[in-house]
Formats: sequence, C-alpha cells, structure tokens
Amino acid sequence: MLKVDLAVIGGGPAGLAAALEARKNGIENILIIEREKELGGILQQCIHNGFGLHYFGEELTGPEYAERFVEQVKKEGIAYKTSTMVLDIRPDRTITAVNSTDGLIKISAACIILAMGCRERTRGTLNIPGDRPAGIFTAGTAQRFVNMEGYMPGKKVVILGSGDIGLIMARRLTLEGAEVKMVCELLPYSGGLTRNIVQCLEDYNIPLRLSHTVVKIHGKDRLKGVTVAKVDSNRQPIKGTEEYVECDTLLLSVGLIPENELSRGAGIQIDPVTSGPVVDERMATSVEGIFACGNVVHVHDLVDNVTMESITAGRNAAKYILSCKDTRSVGRSIKTVPGHGVRYIVPQRISDLENIEELKLFFRTNDVYRNALVVVHFGQKTLYSAKRQKLAPGEMETVKLKSEALAELVCDTSCDELKVDIEL
Amino acid sequence: MEERIITCIVCPMGCRLNVEAENDKIGNISGNRCSRGKTYAAEECTAPKRMLTTTVRVSGGIHPFLPVKTERAIPKGLIRQCMEEIRSVQVSAPVKAGDIIVKNICGTGVDIIATRSIPCQN
Repeated sequence: MLKVDLAVIGGGPAGLAAALEARKNGIENILIIEREKELGGILQQCIHNGFGLHYFGEELTGPEYAERFVEQVKKEGIAYKTSTMVLDIRPDRTITAVNSTDGLIKISAACIILAMGCRERTRGTLNIPGDRPAGIFTAGTAQRFVNMEGYMPGKKVVILGSGDIGLIMARRLTLEGAEVKMVCELLPYSGGLTRNIVQCLEDYNIPLRLSHTVVKIHGKDRLKGVTVAKVDSNRQPIKGTEEYVECDTLLLSVGLIPENELSRGAGIQIDPVTSGPVVDERMATSVEGIFACGNVVHVHDLVDNVTMESITAGRNAAKYILSCKDTRSVGRSIKTVPGHGVRYIVPQRISDLENIEELKLFFRTNDVYRNALVVVHFGQKTLYSAKRQKLAPGEMETVKLKSEALAELVCDTSCDELKVDIEL
Repeated sequence: MEERIITCIVCPMGCRLNVEAENDKIGNISGNRCSRGKTYAAEECTAPKRMLTTTVRVSGGIHPFLPVKTERAIPKGLIRQCMEEIRSVQVSAPVKAGDIIVKNICGTGVDIIATRSIPCQN
C-alpha cells in the first residue's frame, strides 16, 4: 500500500492549485492523480482567451493558464500519476486506482482533496424525442474534437443552450468553415457572458433564439435536421411555432453536473441543489480529512474563482495534516440558508468559528434581478447589505463579510442560520 | 448620421448603446451608464479589434494540434484572412509556449504565437 500525506484527485486547475498551496504550507508527500494523459484538465481544450483576468491580472488562453500551474507543480517536484483512474475512495481515506503500468494501486492518504471537476449534461437528460442518429454532441466533446484531435463534427450546426461553451463553439466552428444556423435557448435570457454573445454570435451574425428549444430530432443514420419551437413562460413548446431547420450536427450546451460518484462512495454528504459536496468555509466535506474544491463542489463561471477556492482547500488540508485535528469536531457550526431569490450558497456551513479570519459566501440567484439589494441576515441582525445593478443566474456572486460581522457570528450563540436574501 | 446599436462588454451590465456614426466620425452616444461604455462604443464603431485563437498542425508531438493566438488584438475585418493564412501552417515538435509560429500575420504587424508547449512523442 502506497502511503501519502495528501492525495489530490484530479489534475485540473482545482487540483493543481490545491496541491501547490498544500506544498507551500509544508506538506511534502503529495500525490496528484489524473485520468487524462497529461495535467491541466479541461483548460487544455479551451484554446480561447479570457482566463486569468482576476487571478493573474492578464488575459490568458486556457492552455496558458494551465501551463503556469503545471510548470510550478513540476518545479516543486510534486508527484503525479497521469492516465490513472481512481475507482473508489473509502471514508478511512484509502484510495483504489488503476492504470496500465502499475495495474491496481491501493493508496492510504492522511488527507484527500477532491478536485474531479464536472461533466456535461447529455441528450439523455433532456428527453428530446426522435431517432438516435450520429451528429449529436455535447459542446465540450465537439470542442475537444476540433481543438485537440483536429476533427470537425459537421458542416451545418444548430446549438441548443447558450452557455459559454456553446457560444465559444459557435464562433470556433464558424471560423473553421462550418455554418452555425442558430443558437436556441430555452430561457428568456442567455446563461452566457455578454462578452461571448457579442464576440461569438453578433460578430458572425449567428441568431440567438431566446425562449426556443429543440422539440424533435430527424434522421436515421446521420442527423438531417431538427424541429425548433418557441416555448411559453412555463418552458412548454407552443403549438404552431414549430420550424424545421436542416442541419447535420446538433451541439448541446445545456449545463454541467459536478462529478461526484467517488464522493458518494466515500459517504460524503451531497447538496441536492449544487450536486456537489456540502462544504464548510475551509472546503472540508462531511467526512473527516476529505476536502473538495472547484467544479466538483459547484460549477464556476471563471477559472480564477476555482483557483482561489482551491487555494483555500489546499491551505486547510495542510493545516489538518499538520495538526491531525478532526475536521468535523469543531464545536458550534452555522448553516448558510438561501433566502428569497437565492438558489444556493457555498459554503453550506461555517464550522471553524474560532479561527475564522474572513468569510466569502458564493451564491447564485434564481432569476435576473436589476437594482436589487443583497442582504445577509443573522437572526434579527443585518450583517451585510449592498446594492447590485444586475444579478443573473449565469454569474456567480460573492459577499465578503468583514471582521465586525464575523464577530457577531462568534458572539451571538442564540442563532445558527446565516441567510442571504435578494430584496427589491 | 447613421445610428448603430452596440452591446457594451466592458462589464456584465451589457448596456445597449445607441451610437451615431458616419465613417470614422462619432456623433452622439446614448444608453451607456458609465464613461467606459462611451470609449468602447467609439472604438467598436471606428476600429473594432479582436483576439484570434485557433490551432495549427504539429508533427511529431504528443498532440496533433497546437493552440495558437494573435499576440495582440487584430482588426476584426482581417480575422477570416488570418484564418486562411494560419490554415496552411505546419510546425514540428518540440514547441514551447510563446514561440512565434507566424510572423506579422496578414501584414498586421502582429505575430501568431504558441499558447502551450508540445513536447516530442517519447
């Protein structure tokens, strides 16, 4: 059995930043386990720019952002195994993994950081009726084909879902010679960044059909076309608005799901809204000595935020390894509660009240709000209140609580719920 | 003067700006909530620029394709032409991030550079 102080599951941006931060905090024996043949994660196929504006203060492409961390990991001599798949994690922190050179590997880790990221929702989760021809891809799969393998998925393309990957692929496929006929979005607003709508769709005259969806798939061996229709306010297709669009390719950009099969296997409590582990402000999960960070916890819009969150996880994992203090037995804990207009909050609980220096709450709203107040309530008290010109589900919001507010959390022991509300 | 509608991308607000423009002359700009929007809209109407990111073939490397980008933003109107020129380029591994792949693409004075390293196979 291989023994390590820290095992990091996943060598994408979250795993790399967490491992580096743990090393910086004195942890020597670290192992990163990655299922791809190289480190870097999904960033390697995101060849467009726009990464790193917050963390590095400059605009980088995905591979450039990844390479900065990969180089540091190599310089620090942090061990990693690529082309290695973790099959199972036990609550006692034994890991079973497999690869073609070592065969079956058993690892005993003093501490584990989960950084497996997320995966795309597929056609199966949408229940679009029709045949099952070739030519239907998730946007990320198409991105990998085009940017890394050098294959074009098709010539005439319809994209369902206006998330950022879908928008980016609309531009990319257009530049590579495909005709992108339209992007359909079920909701009355796009989930993508404004910048991508302008630079990926408007620049190339690609229509964005809001409140539209694909209701039928045509074609037996290869996709021949799709029927799109307008939807009503309950997201139901409106009869008589159907329109046939000829295409050989349908890309789905309809959301991402944190990949938590391993976490569930380890008995970690999962938040049904985020589909990720319930974490506290240290990124500790409900199982002792197991931390989590990045898209495996909740889907982020910006990799910069993944990096910051993973640094928190790495630092606290190091603290745990060096102190051996159970991450769960920390006395009183406070729950964060999504109030009016809020879909979820991360962290879901605050547990290490004695040692808390600053507290950032990340949340998403459930609708678009303009000129609204973000208010944090603790019992009868208001700990934070600030106006935001625009709040949208596609953009993660942050609230930073100052030390006076944190002092209230520590002092007022009669209350154990911190609530975030959107007030109009 | 002709009126154009520009969506501002400086911040997530996404203001819709009305810009009066004739050739290179900018008239009245309205709909912006801050001054940065005015600057953006004026540039968007007179000399819009974009970064271009794409890939080139690489032989003998661990991957068959190398991601590249324009070192700086280039005039928006030249993007298709640049894609054509880049399409014919092939390089050999090893490549280092930052290596110049095409010098002075389409006479823009901007180089195409590699955005990752590709070591040789084995």
